[in-house]
Amino acid sequence: MSPPMGDSHKRFLQTMMSNGIISASRAAALHKHCCETHGAHYVADRLEEFINIINAHLQSLFMHIRKGMSEDDGLEYYALVNVTETDITRMASDYADNELELFRKTMDLIVDSESGSASSTDILNCADSLQTKKLKKKETEHVLNKFVQDKWLNEKDGEYTLSVRCIVEMEQYMRTIYQDLIKVCHVCHNIALQCQMCENPICGIKVHLPCVARYFRARSDPRCPECSDFWPHEIPEIPHSQSQSSQSLPSSSRESTAPTPSRRSRRS
Amino acid sequence: MSQRKKAVSASQNKTQRRSQVCLDEDDEDAHFSQITSSQVQRAREHFTPVQIDRKVAEVVQFILIKDQKKIPIRRADIGKHVIKEYKAIYTEIMNRVCRKFDQVFGLKLVEIDPKNHIYILINKLEPIHGEPVSMRPGNPKSGLLFVILSVIFMKGGVIKENLVWNTLKKLRVDPGEKHDEFGDVKKVVTDEFVRQKYLEYVKIPHTEPVEYEFRWGLRAEKEMSKLKLLEFVGELFGQDPQSWTQQFREASTAETSSQRS
Repeated sequence: MSPPMGDSHKRFLQTMMSNGIISASRAAALHKHCCETHGAHYVADRLEEFINIINAHLQSLFMHIRKGMSEDDGLEYYALVNVTETDITRMASDYADNELELFRKTMDLIVDSESGSASSTDILNCADSLQTKKLKKKETEHVLNKFVQDKWLNEKDGEYTLSVRCIVEMEQYMRTIYQDLIKVCHVCHNIALQCQMCENPICGIKVHLPCVARYFRARSDPRCPECSDFWPHEIPEIPHSQSQSSQSLPSSSRESTAPTPSRRSRRS
Repeated sequence: MSQRKKAVSASQNKTQRRSQVCLDEDDEDAHFSQITSSQVQRAREHFTPVQIDRKVAEVVQFILIKDQKKIPIRRADIGKHVIKEYKAIYTEIMNRVCRKFDQVFGLKLVEIDPKNHIYILINKLEPIHGEPVSMRPGNPKSGLLFVILSVIFMKGGVIKENLVWNTLKKLRVDPGEKHDEFGDVKKVVTDEFVRQKYLEYVKIPHTEPVEYEFRWGLRAEKEMSKLKLLEFVGELFGQDPQSWTQQFREASTAETSSQRS
């Protein structure tokens, strides 16, 4: 039997519930804060163990705190997911039917694309041909903003990508729906939407940009891990906090440890 | 599964739907009280432990989703949408649901309306010093609510709405203007906080033009520690909380009675 959940675990879980997803560095800070608040024994770098206890209790509720990597910044995040979901029901209570249909169509566009993104123009075209109920231009823009605010999509220069929250929460759904059509990273074996591809026509493996950065770190002659052809793409820099171990505490300049009232006034 | 659509149509035909909903609820609720012990026994034998476990998980999910939006949960809705054919063992399922909320989340399912069987989830964890409102972490509106609840409490439990607006204006939150963080402040205070049962916004009879007053809502009564609120106000003004004798008495009484529950 798993050890019972203490107040520190419950507080951690409550914070996860209200935030949906948090970065690994914030999770580490939260771990410390929860233990200190409730006088629980705290050991830095034991975040995984701490979360495992929570997950053991969440199992019978078909929930799970899952770790995933962001395609954008390569950092790790923890998300509270519903394990039974085989559809995008997570969003069902927050959006109307036609908005959900638009989201599915946007996801289709993104998965289909080489860049792992969909332009607002293409999404607007979809909105015009929805089966449930068409969305006008202004309504579409409003819904897209909502998707971004609720952390399902990211937006940059008019291009929309799936957020880390979306990928972590809906990975199961996406693998079921898209099967072989969805790209998978050769290095970490997770879904890869924004990625680099081997140019060898008989190889064509895909690798996340952060995974490229880590795999080819300090290699002057980068070669495809599968077919050994020269890797022709620009090797990105390793994301900042990944140069330490993923479990280490954040440096004091980056993050305050306890949520104070003034911090709460910022939108998290 | 578009619950949002339901909410929209409900607000459109409020009076018509209310009578309809009451009818449905009476049917649903009547069913609960007519269950015999032999029905319970048969149900327990009919469903496997795995199935019952699954039902408990579904009820927990249902309540969490509703509570996320701070919508009070009706027993009738739980019965109709989740428990369905397992109704005979409703009590057993709900007992386990309550235990789960306590043991896993540190939350408590509290009945705020015993007549209509309406519940809310409140936080059992001690609010942290410097976090005096026991609301979900990361919500900027909790500060706004806290100020309003404080003013109401310090002024004896009911105040005219003007006092709230003037207080907020002093804090550079103008209900007449769109606020960066809160948007339509008046709507948040008079609609959202009221729907969530944190505040009551009631018409004062025989006023012309119509005036409203604010009181604490049922959820605030259950969730907020008046003592902690008074301590915070004391810190703000550099005074001993006990210097407000009436408020201190009320806060202490509220504290002991909530500890008993």
